[in-house]
Amino acid sequence: PALGLFLFTIARDPLRIIILIAGAFFWLVSLLLSSLIWFIAVKASDPNDEPLQKGLLIFGVMFSVLLQEAFRFLYYKLLRKAIEGLVALSEDGCSPISIQQMAYVAGVGFGLMSGAFSMINLLADALGPGTVGIYGDSQLYFLTSAFMTMVLIFLHTFWGILFFHGCENRCWWEIVAVVVMHLAVSASSFCNPVYVGSLVPSYVLMAVAATWAYLLSGGSAQNVRRFLLCKS
Amino acid sequence: MITFMNNSDSEEEPCNERTSLMSAESPPVPSYQDGLQASEAGEAQTHRKRRTGSSRSPNNAANGSMSGSSIPVRESALENEEEELTLKYGAKHVIMLFVPVTLCMIVVVATIKSVRFYTEKNGQLIYTPFSEDTPSVGQRLLNSVLNTIVMISVIVVMTVFLVLLYKYRCYKFIHGWLILSSLMLLFLFTYIYLGEVLKTYNVAMDYPTLILIIWNFGAVGMICIHWKGPLQLQQAYLIMISALMALVFIKYLPEWSAWVILGAISIYDLMAVLCPKGPLRMLVETAQERNEPIFPALIYSSAMMWTVGMAKPDTAGRGPSQQMWDTAEDGRVNHRSPSHSNSEILETRSPGATHPVISLEELEEEERGVKLGLGDFIFYSVLVGKAAATASGDWNTTLACFVAILIGLCLTLLLLAVFKKALPALPISITFGLVFYFSTDNLVRPFMDTLASHQLYI
Repeated sequence: PALGLFLFTIARDPLRIIILIAGAFFWLVSLLLSSLIWFIAVKASDPNDEPLQKGLLIFGVMFSVLLQEAFRFLYYKLLRKAIEGLVALSEDGCSPISIQQMAYVAGVGFGLMSGAFSMINLLADALGPGTVGIYGDSQLYFLTSAFMTMVLIFLHTFWGILFFHGCENRCWWEIVAVVVMHLAVSASSFCNPVYVGSLVPSYVLMAVAATWAYLLSGGSAQNVRRFLLCKS
Repeated sequence: MITFMNNSDSEEEPCNERTSLMSAESPPVPSYQDGLQASEAGEAQTHRKRRTGSSRSPNNAANGSMSGSSIPVRESALENEEEELTLKYGAKHVIMLFVPVTLCMIVVVATIKSVRFYTEKNGQLIYTPFSEDTPSVGQRLLNSVLNTIVMISVIVVMTVFLVLLYKYRCYKFIHGWLILSSLMLLFLFTYIYLGEVLKTYNVAMDYPTLILIIWNFGAVGMICIHWKGPLQLQQAYLIMISALMALVFIKYLPEWSAWVILGAISIYDLMAVLCPKGPLRMLVETAQERNEPIFPALIYSSAMMWTVGMAKPDTAGRGPSQQMWDTAEDGRVNHRSPSHSNSEILETRSPGATHPVISLEELEEEERGVKLGLGDFIFYSVLVGKAAATASGDWNTTLACFVAILIGLCLTLLLLAVFKKALPALPISITFGLVFYFSTDNLVRPFMDTLASHQLYI
């Protein structure tokens, strides 16, 4: 689905592709920094202490989430500056791309990168021989990973829109809500392999974020109805 | 075949080609930037013109720095108008470069992942005489540094040689050299590549069919690159050549030497293009002074077709953007020569091997193509291919390097628009790529592996 999003909405406009790649880059840098922190913490601690390692991992995850949001904010600042530059250069005084589109593309960039990093090794291994869950782990590992990744990509997209909207209008509570949602989703993944605990809340949150972003972007219930009934 | 690579004198040609590729690679970057800047300047100019109707004088100054010696004045007029438009179309040019670079990398990574041949160590080139099989780390490091010094000096010698040839107008020699090296690439390397791919997938092919395929491929390639041909076909051939060359490098350069060479090449590129006495810069300026096109087969052009010896921008390849430019460009025939020189400068950077050069054609079209030296293609692909081959984190590292290189390319283009001079394309991207490769391999991979094993999501 994310690839479909990319093909249909982003691949047409070169500016969007650049914003997408830059978004992916920012996510990557945030991941790099967070893994650096985690790595240092692990090296500095005792490798045989199981609960400590688990605790460090949880700490690493939380820290990474916070860093991701921080980088989203930095990216927002960069895009603001870029918009001003584009406006100055354009012919009729308005930018060729609006901040909402940028928010959407940035969200997709983040999402694609995080999804790719989560899934791609899994996919490569899935091509090879093997049995899923042979040691007593869940047999649904691949399926749930796929669903979780997909929901995470969508969530990143919606969070991008919400986050940028919050920054634009100085609604601090929107930004805080995005951060809290992200933390909640990551925390819910701690319930794995009890998949009910992680997938269901994530999907619920995604639906919430989707409607919120849709309303923010100017949609309404009438639009949906008209679209579904194929009215012109 | 393998021994061929190692020590025979018959390697001279390939070596030349390779080294020229190397040297060429450095230059391409600047050219790219020139082209881009030229287009950007042009766009900006047009934009400004439309908006304010201001005089051309400020643009002239801007243009002068951009195009270099001969054309500055004429170009600046054009440039002013086009500058603003250029920046708007800057994104389009960036994408025009993204696509071939991405394609080249995809081809290299796909081959590395599937064909075992290119990851086996079967000997080294004569350019890297020191072996890396030594027991101690210090010895290995020393050997790789020595290898790098040997390789870089070979490249410098070849570049200086090419510049001297160009200065003293030994065009026939240069053309003959280029033709020979592209001939070798197209036929020999393709033969090896095809053989290995067939072996991997266990497909049998008889010799007559093989000869037919390779002959057709090579002949059409020669025509496309050195003479006229459809733009897309020429671009495809240049991409394939770059990929083949990168695969050869990945196979035959020892591990640590490859990384050190990548770093050293970007530093060399930086110096060769920006220093006043740098060979590439001299090449570009000489070509500009003479208003001659840069050699074909060294540059990748996204919007132009080259004829042999004549950098004549082909408007046919320009596409839709031309319409916008055409109105502004009508009657600017006199700007033709400057644009040629511009494109040439870009391309001379990468003599020898195929450097995709980004040429800005200011001819009738406003649309300026972007040129990138083929050497840049090759080294980007070498970096990503090595990441795919040797990283234990597999796809994550490859993906990280890919994104890093693309971002480096964006930044380089941005700098090109700002500085309006030939700039080296290698340093920024390679630096980003190297940083991301090493950090992803060592830091991110354990983190992601642990996360994946617990199925946590960040």
